[in-house]
Amino acid sequence: MKVEFRNISMTYGTNLVLDDISLSVAEGEFVCLLGPSGCGKSTLLNIAGGFVKPERGEVRIGDEPVTGPDPRRIFVFQERGVFPWLTVEQNIAFGLFRQTEAERRSRVAHYVSLVGLRGFEKAYPRELSGGMKQRLEVARALAVDPDVLYLDEPFGALDSITRLQMRRELLRIWQAEKKTILFVTHDIDESVQLADRVVVLSARPGRLRRIVDIDVPHPRDFSDPRYIALRDEIFCEIGLAHQV
Amino acid sequence: MRRELLERIALPLGVTVALIAAWHLAVAVSGTSIFPAPADVVRGLGEQPRLGGYIRDSLFRVASGYLVAVVLGIPIGLALGWWSGLARAANPLIQMLRPISPLAWMPLAVIWFGVSNLAPIFLIFLASFFPVVVATMNGVRNIPPMYVQAGRNFGLSTAALLRRVVLPAILPRVAVGLRISFGIAWLVLVAAEMIAVDSGLGYLIIDARNAGQRYDLVVGGMLLIGIIGLALDGLLRMVERRVTW
Repeated sequence: MKVEFRNISMTYGTNLVLDDISLSVAEGEFVCLLGPSGCGKSTLLNIAGGFVKPERGEVRIGDEPVTGPDPRRIFVFQERGVFPWLTVEQNIAFGLFRQTEAERRSRVAHYVSLVGLRGFEKAYPRELSGGMKQRLEVARALAVDPDVLYLDEPFGALDSITRLQMRRELLRIWQAEKKTILFVTHDIDESVQLADRVVVLSARPGRLRRIVDIDVPHPRDFSDPRYIALRDEIFCEIGLAHQV
Repeated sequence: MRRELLERIALPLGVTVALIAAWHLAVAVSGTSIFPAPADVVRGLGEQPRLGGYIRDSLFRVASGYLVAVVLGIPIGLALGWWSGLARAANPLIQMLRPISPLAWMPLAVIWFGVSNLAPIFLIFLASFFPVVVATMNGVRNIPPMYVQAGRNFGLSTAALLRRVVLPAILPRVAVGLRISFGIAWLVLVAAEMIAVDSGLGYLIIDARNAGQRYDLVVGGMLLIGIIGLALDGLLRMVERRVTW
């Protein structure tokens, strides 16, 4: 489903956090919202999710304006969003209360194996690693067959090796399920590895600085000159020298 | 394993035995007549034909008052934690009633409920009601917001959200609150049974003093209350561990 931000502005108190953001995301597209901490990118995602009302402007999904949270678009947090009192199966089935028992069971089985949690159906989140919990949360979101997935720095709490694996997993799932994905991150490499387009936001107030098309085919090679060129371009755009 | 066994069972047992021995010696050496020796306490309790009935009556009263407090307190705490406006409206009243000792209600309890089980049950209810309400309310207020957000995202109604997300999320914390509240309920038992009834462990203590300075029974009643309280606390700890995810 197409997601369209129309002239979104937002202030908290006297602070302007988002300044006139307009952006159109095509159906099935993977878009990263990239910006420094406090640039309002999470706020933008929360507005798209219907959890926060923008001060001005609106978000339209398909032909409808967003007026509140909706199971057709699911928000994925860091792995802490899974319900610790439910097993893996029960977490995935959480949103499936409108389905029949048979439908519920087949969807749970499908997504358990899609995210590689077979054998852990009866496990509780405390028995899972951080990466497994994150995959569980993605499975719970996908199980209700949403049109759009919103991911808010989902891999931020994972170690760097798990994070790389999770990105590969997410791309595989995205290609299998063909969802529209909006992914918030402050990690430039992550955005270039994942997105079709990277939307670069400026620091406070968040303004749309640039949209960079990542025209590198998957699987992306980190040493591909085109990959490096695009990454460097975004580094410069954000105003960082690529040296430590 | 052996070390753990030693520390968890042998050590406390040894200390208890040593203290009882010291108690026995202290009474024997000083020759006091106003404090009974351990053997006197055991003999005194053994000669009480109604002891079993007293324990049963006390347990019944505490269980009744406490259960009413839980059944009313959890929904009220849930509502107060969920709707902040409600909490703001009710908070001054709760905070004002909370510090009043349940014992202050004794005269009113007698007038309202007369000579019956209801008076002590009411006092025990009062003692445990506010801790249950406050524990539940604080549990709701401290839920990680993403649980509620996720619940809403999947399209749950408020009732479903409370049942499927809020209640399980607060359960471990509320279980601790319930155990502490039960401790308070058990604590006011003696005072609650000083009025309006002629049975129970609290009554045993008061009656033993009034009816003939039977300090062996006074101390025996105290010890029984302590031992039963300890056992019930252990039971509730087991329940608590089972509901903690």
